[in-house]
Amino acid sequence: MIHSLFLINSSGDIFLEKHWKSVVSRSVCDYFFEAQERATEAENVPPVIPTPHHYLLSVYRHKIFFVAVIQTEVPPLFVIEFLHRVVDTFQDYFGVCSEPVIKDNVVVVYEVLEEMLDNGFPLATESNILKELIKPPTILRTVVNTITGSTNVGDQLPTGQLSVVPWRRTGVKYTNNEAYFDVVEEIDAIIDKSGSTVTAEIQGVIDACVKLTGMPDLTLSFMNPRLLDDVSFHPCVRFKRWESERILSFIPPDGSFRLLSYHVSAQNLVAIPVYVKHSISFRDSSSLGRFEITVGPKQTMGKTIEGVIVTSQMPKGVLNMSLTPSQGTHTFDPVTKMLSWDVGKINPQKLPSLKGTMSLQVGASKPDENPTINLQFKIQQLAISGLKVNRLDMYGEKYKPFKGIKYMTKAGKFQVRT
Amino acid sequence: MSSNSFAYNEQSGGGEAAELGQEATSTISPSGAFGLFSSDWKKNEDLKQMLESNKDSAKLDAMKRIVGMIAKGKNASELFPAVVKNVASKNIEIKKLVYVYLVRYAEEQQDLALLSISTFQRALKDPNQLIRASALRVLSSIRVPIIVPIMMLAIKEASADLSPYVRKNAAHAIQKLYSLDPEQKEMLIEVIEKLLKDKSTLVAGSVVMAFEEVCPDRIDLIHRNYRKLCNLLVDVEEWGQVVIIHMLTRYARTQFVSPWREDDGLEDNEKNFYESDDEEKEKSDKKRPYTMDPDHRLLIRNTKPLLQSRNAAVVMAVAQLYWHISPKSEAGVISKSLVRLLRSNREVQYIVLQNIATMSIQRKGMFEPYLKSFYVRSTDPTMIKTLKLEILTNLANEANISTLLREFQTYVKSQDKQFAAATIQTIGRCATSITEVTDTCLNGLVCLLSNRDEIVVAESVVVIKKLLQMQPAQHGEIIKHMAKLLDSITVPVARASILWLIGENCERVPKIAPDVLRKMAKTFTSEDDLVKLQILNLGAKLYLTNSKQTKLLTQYILNLGKYDQNYDIRDRTRFIRQLIVPNEKSGALSKYAKKIFLAQKPAPLLESPFKDRDHFQLGTLSHTLNIKASGYLELSNWPEVAPDPSVRNVEVIESAKEWTPVGKSKKEKPAKKFYSESEEEEAEEEESSDSSSDSEGESGSESGDTGSSSEDSSEDSSSGQESETGSEAEAEGKRAGKRNSRLKRKSDSEDGEKKNEKSKTSESSSAESSSMEESSSGSESASESDNEPVPRKVAQAKERKPQQERHPPPKDVFLLDLDDFNPVSTPVALPTPALSPSLIADLEGLNLSTSSSVINPSSSILWK
Repeated sequence: MIHSLFLINSSGDIFLEKHWKSVVSRSVCDYFFEAQERATEAENVPPVIPTPHHYLLSVYRHKIFFVAVIQTEVPPLFVIEFLHRVVDTFQDYFGVCSEPVIKDNVVVVYEVLEEMLDNGFPLATESNILKELIKPPTILRTVVNTITGSTNVGDQLPTGQLSVVPWRRTGVKYTNNEAYFDVVEEIDAIIDKSGSTVTAEIQGVIDACVKLTGMPDLTLSFMNPRLLDDVSFHPCVRFKRWESERILSFIPPDGSFRLLSYHVSAQNLVAIPVYVKHSISFRDSSSLGRFEITVGPKQTMGKTIEGVIVTSQMPKGVLNMSLTPSQGTHTFDPVTKMLSWDVGKINPQKLPSLKGTMSLQVGASKPDENPTINLQFKIQQLAISGLKVNRLDMYGEKYKPFKGIKYMTKAGKFQVRT
Repeated sequence: MSSNSFAYNEQSGGGEAAELGQEATSTISPSGAFGLFSSDWKKNEDLKQMLESNKDSAKLDAMKRIVGMIAKGKNASELFPAVVKNVASKNIEIKKLVYVYLVRYAEEQQDLALLSISTFQRALKDPNQLIRASALRVLSSIRVPIIVPIMMLAIKEASADLSPYVRKNAAHAIQKLYSLDPEQKEMLIEVIEKLLKDKSTLVAGSVVMAFEEVCPDRIDLIHRNYRKLCNLLVDVEEWGQVVIIHMLTRYARTQFVSPWREDDGLEDNEKNFYESDDEEKEKSDKKRPYTMDPDHRLLIRNTKPLLQSRNAAVVMAVAQLYWHISPKSEAGVISKSLVRLLRSNREVQYIVLQNIATMSIQRKGMFEPYLKSFYVRSTDPTMIKTLKLEILTNLANEANISTLLREFQTYVKSQDKQFAAATIQTIGRCATSITEVTDTCLNGLVCLLSNRDEIVVAESVVVIKKLLQMQPAQHGEIIKHMAKLLDSITVPVARASILWLIGENCERVPKIAPDVLRKMAKTFTSEDDLVKLQILNLGAKLYLTNSKQTKLLTQYILNLGKYDQNYDIRDRTRFIRQLIVPNEKSGALSKYAKKIFLAQKPAPLLESPFKDRDHFQLGTLSHTLNIKASGYLELSNWPEVAPDPSVRNVEVIESAKEWTPVGKSKKEKPAKKFYSESEEEEAEEEESSDSSSDSEGESGSESGDTGSSSEDSSEDSSSGQESETGSEAEAEGKRAGKRNSRLKRKSDSEDGEKKNEKSKTSESSSAESSSMEESSSGSESASESDNEPVPRKVAQAKERKPQQERHPPPKDVFLLDLDDFNPVSTPVALPTPALSPSLIADLEGLNLSTSSSVINPSSSILWK
């Protein structure tokens, strides 16, 4: 399957290569560079590039291209999904996944990659198992290792590898047993010029951080499970139980993991918590345009909206903007034409607004389209879909764990067309 | 040694010099870079010394630096002798790094690599399964042809290993050996056949991968494992799932009849079916037009939960399985999951959208409810935008076109002009496919002609040209309008298109056409080449139809063209002159000039670029590239008549023997001592009933979904206490309950001190008992049977022969494998048929309700 892997940084240097079968010359990446040049932007590099003898499948994350070389037919998503898993693993191991970090830890990276694939086929991708085989580098461990001469490499097959719960280590022990769940919902929406919703849907996830001793068996039930239109589970969740009772029953992995992601479809009416009032006008004759936007709360269920950031890609004709915000700070980059306004909290009594003028290129005709406004915001203690966790029960262990649940709503891809 | 200080060494220790030296040796002649080369050599000398020191830390440090060199793509091959000596190191990290090195360079230094072989052979017999497995991995990864026989032997041995992890590695090694020496195919197929019977979920994915690579055509090997694979699927690791699902899709297409059959075509076939008397009973079943093979149903049912996987590749694999083998009415369930994947990374989106594009051409209805999920955001990368647009076009119909056109209006104004142009193309396609909106679209496009952006205007003109070509008769007005536009439009493509249109329709606009030609004649010299060519064409056409008015004009233009700078135009001028102006030299062709110039030209087809992709299996690389990738396995057409379904039956005799309850009551008792709670006793019963029914489904004696009677009988013989499980739903509930209680039991056993260590491990892992047996060899005592849910297994365990044999007889393997299979399969509650239809109905209801909410088409679309 996967023959080789090349890591390429944004300036086009191959800074790591790994081969699982016969060595593939790094000159194969020339085809990739060609495609990269043609695409102009990193985002537009096609994920699948055919070359005369190989196929290059790549993912772009953290400003690094992960390019896998394959030779024969393979489901492309298989490779792409695996590459993403590699990135996730690096992130898990080193905290960040960046070129200097990978270069610093090249030996660990190599050992991990060696365990993840055998002959190009995934062998161990579960981070719990990998961490038992190759321990993540920490300062303390390096010191201990240099003194005692012990190694980062485990010499026993991780127990998870053979069990039916490969995601959980055995013999986990904590003094404080805690289980935290974060219900995070993101609103993807397109709002049209007049303020009506073109499309809106809610994408939610439940991220868990479980630090429990032994082999706990958890069940999580919802007040209103019918809301969830489409779900995908961590492998630990028992699907049958969900089908029949709409209860999440699982033996959790140790540590942080994504328990569930779900989708509340556009069919259910989605409450839009903010509105944007805008008046952006260019005039044909004058070289000045007027710009004014106001952001206000709409259906927030009495919660405050925080962390509001408004960004907008202005048309090329805009040379500069002189704006005054009623609160927060704003920047305009005359090169990329990106306007960004960090609003902060919205106070319903005094709505934040940004007013001013735009200076346009003299002589150029007015832009066809007004810019799209992208919005980010956060609402604490609220799941906008109305999803509520009913209770969390633990079976299989004697102690009483500390349980916590947090709700949050965020803007996902939230666009306002003007 | 810390990795930080290693990095420091690397930098300070002449890393750059080494790199330069390396490049010099490979590109420039060696003499040119001698100085650098020598320093490189010196540095390696230092590494050699470290490798030869007797301190592990120095060795480890050296190995880390060497691996660093490999990672950067530098050549470290000359260190081979020094490195290979350390292959037997006691330090596991050194050993691993040496393995990494060996795999990288053994192919280049075959003779020296042979030195390491004996170490691996020794390690293959190590009691530690991880060491056995990694020895096998490295042995099979060093591509040295001389050791093929040794590899073959090692693979055979490992395929009978007690540890499923080692067997998994053996399956991987099969592919490696095959790529090294295809001559070994026959022997390898034997091993594959054996491993396919393996009941461990760990092995299943890898062996199917080997099967796909070595002998994908040997579909006969799958028959007897088909049901097992279907049942194991949910518990196989995600990567294995993808491979198995793809293989089973191909398998199903060769073994089952098409579920897509139309009702009318069926009558004839039925007659053939029911000739013999003993099929009378079946006849009553088959009164319905089509009955799906229960095995076919099994596959479709068992893959459905995987749509909920977090792994996009698994979801896509299931989606393509449903697309290719499920009845069309059931394929709808996949759309929701595919739409969910659109929230994923850009690369995943790209592949998924491509597949949806292909699907949406053939079965529009599947994705119609999700129309809005394909709306484009200004932040999407261009390739995603165009794919979404493609899907929106495919989904357009009379009901939603007005909404879509309004949406397209926004896209046309997009700052991404490439995307705006693609949108105009799209509008053109909608206009041709949905006749009701053709006029609206056309008007809209005409409005766009006054757009300020050249690309937009050009694209509009081109699309209008194509549209008008389809119904030229009705659109004299638009042609007139476009003729007027000619004064203002500057984009050459657009001007050329307008001129071409007027030329084609010159008889319909007899007054305007000559006037246009007159204007063009004035500006001829300053026009773009493209436009000049069209002026020439227009002149020629007018000359032929209306020579009275335009003869002189045309001759003037031809004269201008004759002395043009561009030779294309000079050529064209000469050609046209010869054709249309009769003189003594002109040949026979000039008689047909009118036919040549004013021939009926076929309208261009505006169709999806994804039209021809459907002959590739969805979700494959070939589909993504629209080229047949090497190693692509064609999906066969459905057979006319299904091949004998009994080949999938596993021999009853063999399995029946396993069911004989040996010493059941005796073994059961100690188990009960531990679990005083009545709930747990019930669980125990449940478990035994469950697993027996599972294995029955396995062996195939159970016929399809309704096996309650046979389940009963086996129940009676094995436990004698199971009252009877009623409906499937009830069993389902109990099963869930059982899970809890089992887990509770687990913790109990951990708390209870009287339990010995061994039972604890077998409990907590609750699977793969073989690994456990390995650690405590030969003590298949009562404590094991406590934890094993199925008592009969103890009997097997006793029967088991010592494992030193190199090639154990097949039956032996079977029994052994069952041991580590059963506990795995117990949690796989068989999917209940009672549930899925209702769910499907639910989903269908959902689809219906959503599609009804779309707005009716209104011809008054706001084009402004």
